[in-house]
Amino acid sequence: MKAPGVHAGLTAGVGGLAIAGALALAAAFHPGLARSQGQPAPSDPGLVARGKYLTAAADCAACHTKPGGAPFAGGLPVKTPFGTILSANITPDETGIKDWTADELYRSLHEGLDDEGKHLYPAMPYNYYTLISRSDSDAIFAYLKTLTPVHNDLKRDKLPFPFNIRAFVAVWNWLFLRQGPFKPDPQKSAAWNRGAYLVEALGHCQACHTPKNFLGAPKHDDAFRGGSFAQWFAPDLTPNRRTGLGGWSRADLVEFLKTGRNAHSQATGEMGLVVADSTSQLTEADLDAIATYLTDRPASPAAKVSAPDSKVMRQGQAIFIDTCSACHQMNGEGVPRYFPPLAGDANLQQSDPTTSVHFILGGVRTTPTTAAPTPLSMPSYAWKLNDAQVAAVATYIRNAWGNSAPSVSSRQVAGIRRSLTFGPGPAGRQQHGALAHPNPETWGVAGTDSRDNGTANAGRAAPASDGSGAGRSGAENGGASKGRPAGVTAGGPG
Amino acid sequence: MATRLPPVDVLIVGFGWTGAILGQELTDAGLNVLALERGAWRDTPIDFPPTFDQDELRYYWRHELFEPLAHETLTVRNNVSETALPMRRLGSFLPGINVGGAGVHWNGQTWRFLPSDFLARSHNQSRYGAKAIPPDMTIQDWGVTYDELEPHYDKFEYLCGISGKAGNLQGAIQPGGNPFEGPRRREYPNPPLAMSYPPTLFAEAARSLGHSPFPQPAANMSRPYVNPLGVQLGPCTYCGFCEKFGCGNYSKASAQTTILPVLMKKPNFTLRTESEVIKLNYDAAAKRVVSATYVDASGQEFEQPAEMVILAAYILHNVRLLLLSGIGQPYDPQSGQGVIGKNYAYQITSSVNVFFDDKVLNPFIGAGAHGMVVDKYNGDNFDHSGLGFIGGGYIGNIQTGARPIETHPTPEGTPKWGSAWKKAVAANYLKSMSIATHGAVMSHRGNYLDLDPTYRDVYGRPLLRMTFDFTDNEHRMSDYITDRAAEIARAMNPREIKVNYRKGSWDVVPYQTTHNTGGAIMGKDPKSSAINRYLQSWDAHNLFVMGSTAFPQNPGYNPTGTVAALAYFSADAIKNQYLKSPGFLVHA
Repeated sequence: MKAPGVHAGLTAGVGGLAIAGALALAAAFHPGLARSQGQPAPSDPGLVARGKYLTAAADCAACHTKPGGAPFAGGLPVKTPFGTILSANITPDETGIKDWTADELYRSLHEGLDDEGKHLYPAMPYNYYTLISRSDSDAIFAYLKTLTPVHNDLKRDKLPFPFNIRAFVAVWNWLFLRQGPFKPDPQKSAAWNRGAYLVEALGHCQACHTPKNFLGAPKHDDAFRGGSFAQWFAPDLTPNRRTGLGGWSRADLVEFLKTGRNAHSQATGEMGLVVADSTSQLTEADLDAIATYLTDRPASPAAKVSAPDSKVMRQGQAIFIDTCSACHQMNGEGVPRYFPPLAGDANLQQSDPTTSVHFILGGVRTTPTTAAPTPLSMPSYAWKLNDAQVAAVATYIRNAWGNSAPSVSSRQVAGIRRSLTFGPGPAGRQQHGALAHPNPETWGVAGTDSRDNGTANAGRAAPASDGSGAGRSGAENGGASKGRPAGVTAGGPG
Repeated sequence: MATRLPPVDVLIVGFGWTGAILGQELTDAGLNVLALERGAWRDTPIDFPPTFDQDELRYYWRHELFEPLAHETLTVRNNVSETALPMRRLGSFLPGINVGGAGVHWNGQTWRFLPSDFLARSHNQSRYGAKAIPPDMTIQDWGVTYDELEPHYDKFEYLCGISGKAGNLQGAIQPGGNPFEGPRRREYPNPPLAMSYPPTLFAEAARSLGHSPFPQPAANMSRPYVNPLGVQLGPCTYCGFCEKFGCGNYSKASAQTTILPVLMKKPNFTLRTESEVIKLNYDAAAKRVVSATYVDASGQEFEQPAEMVILAAYILHNVRLLLLSGIGQPYDPQSGQGVIGKNYAYQITSSVNVFFDDKVLNPFIGAGAHGMVVDKYNGDNFDHSGLGFIGGGYIGNIQTGARPIETHPTPEGTPKWGSAWKKAVAANYLKSMSIATHGAVMSHRGNYLDLDPTYRDVYGRPLLRMTFDFTDNEHRMSDYITDRAAEIARAMNPREIKVNYRKGSWDVVPYQTTHNTGGAIMGKDPKSSAINRYLQSWDAHNLFVMGSTAFPQNPGYNPTGTVAALAYFSADAIKNQYLKSPGFLVHA
């Protein structure tokens, strides 16, 4: 079988599904492209360098590099409304894209078809990548071909019926895919058009920041007004002054995307990864173009918010003073670029409180970048505050100091708490995996805490449980030693 | 059998302050560096976040950040006529374990030694005559001068973001700073911490007596700070939990908050935790260390070859590893010959409690180095003629915080328990403060480290044995500066004071300070010292020994600033001299 796809059989029975006919038809129309023989890997250094830059701009690593795994070797579980898909290996290995051609890569970005003409699932954001130009696609292709091949044969077909039928995707495409490439708006400046291309095509920002319909397609009328993504709510990016970027200058936005922090906010969670892998790698000119485009959009409408319960606000204030004010300051103004201000923070004032609550429960780690390498972190409060307390303090910070956002209920907190998973460890020490620091390696695996248990066996380590020894690679995730959570991630829905 | 691993350019043994500094400097030089740390990985949001870092019971009383003695300890005695017994509970000093070492739970009091401190023998001899130094006082000059270390002190202070006020800028004495300090090239990177009430009262009283009090230089941030590596430290919240605690607010300089975010990302750096080096394998003929043997947490034994070895463990472990590895001649107190274990020294401290009726001091507002200090009686800042001792110490009120389990000041005559004691604690907690003295310990022929003949560790290796006591010089000095502290205390017009002299022999039980020094001291020749001025072993040219291990005697200041300056000085010599021509940098 050719990589990278693991293909659902198109002939699988589809029972009484009304779309079955369409699926079968759609599948028939996409033969594999003719393959040119002996096509050498492009090696033009300029082209490869441009491809590397564009690969960062498109943030391919976000899905195609598993944390702790080899770059671009795939295997990351990508959650979709329909289930979880493992991302593909896009290194030039036989289990990756060794046999792919530049034409096939462009077709995958442009039409969502793999090298054999079979449908990719729209977890691959080809509905945005379709806007990528042919020359940029070719540059990305040239770069990918220079990567170290990694053998990673993934069993990727994990969606439940009926979504495991890839031709189902043809219908989705028919409904939602508007093929590119990107067409510049001649009424706008070159910078605006460059920004639009970066935001809409490569950056595929709408994939998170625009709400989706029940089939996972973006609602274009609500573009950039914020959307749910995993256990986060990706905030409003319109110039709304309360919930969006209305209070940010272009320089603020450029600083955020470059360094992961600015006077208003800090990049954490999923956006932290985007900054680390993608935007921090971009030129100032490109970041400025992104700012030009994003700040020239209509603001989302102001939300109507009913006043919070004053009793809850008093409870929340007490908790805030006790547990939050040391860093975020009594007046909520924080220490900009260190401990973010809460007063006026847009992220906090989204109508959907998921991110606010996620921060409190799971803790959060500011993304380290070359320009600002410190992973300043907020610890987890999941073990310290119960649902009612989290709800009260979340309601308070969303409504204090002139902030305004819907109150948070204990029920909402309980739901978000259930959706997060926490690492092992004694009570009070459970930490969300987002805080794990990369890189130290530990070879030995102690079955007991042999260093300090005070017994006769102290220092005489427990037998290795899984053949530890020379040649073993380091723990996959940093800090994965005894009692330490190893690579804990947010759990999937349901 | 140990599994032999592929060689590395540089092997660092121990990963606290000096391990991180050398890791950063030598990876900058393009070398492939591996650090082995016996303990575990440790970082702010996981191990001491602000959700529980102020847990006094867990961290101080139950020793969560300190060395577990069930795994390794040492034996102690006051003199050679006694039989040393194992220290089974931490007391006098608190060595660390895990990444960051004791630099995680330090206070952040960051000093430079005086220029004359580096010339302890020659300076005192020339000022007070040869007889001023008793025959058994084995103090030595360091082989390095203040001026040579100045740029390296500066580098560490800017790495850490020290909060302070310069007293001597390029020779010009500055009001508000320490007028006795050596010249510094520029002001501290951050202004002094804001002073609470007790240090303010101390400073007023000291000034009324003609002293020049100044803010204690602090590795606690007076404001947000970005260091030269681009690493950010947050402003101090004055929570009063530095000493014996990690900082959850990124406000105290440590390896974690100054270097590791940059170093851990470097492709030519690897940190391997839970890997305890048990021996350096020494080729005596070639005069080099060829490898280190270490054991991981599952009991597997490995041999790690390296072109260069940096010994960067705590002083006591550095000395023990040298002894266990047969590198350098062990010191013999009878003959005075040998160098490994020689000139172990410590610190001598005392205090004066000050009780008020009319002043509420809120002593819980604090930081590890939040205070005002008088340096007139340190080193040779005053005339010692006729006093019967050399050396000195600083006097200060440093409000490190008044943790509730630890802090229960009571006036003279209060019962030690019961309702009267409780009443006295309640009445005095908010209305009392303490003036501390922090004094030098000169090295002495009978104070040394060697291997214990009886007690062994979990690997069957002999424990380190510490033979130490205060000498008459220390007691005379400490009593003298304690009396000066009491004078300042009286000038504060309190209700009463309680003077706590340091009496009798050194005692391992009460906490004093983790300022152990010496044992593999630096010096001018291999007869009198274990390492040269670049911290390079006289017996193995590719072995560099970091830490207060190098101090020939212990001046009257906290050691970390000088430990770091020496580390940078050594790293500089490795980069600019040793790498160009590996071999001994000083020829005996």
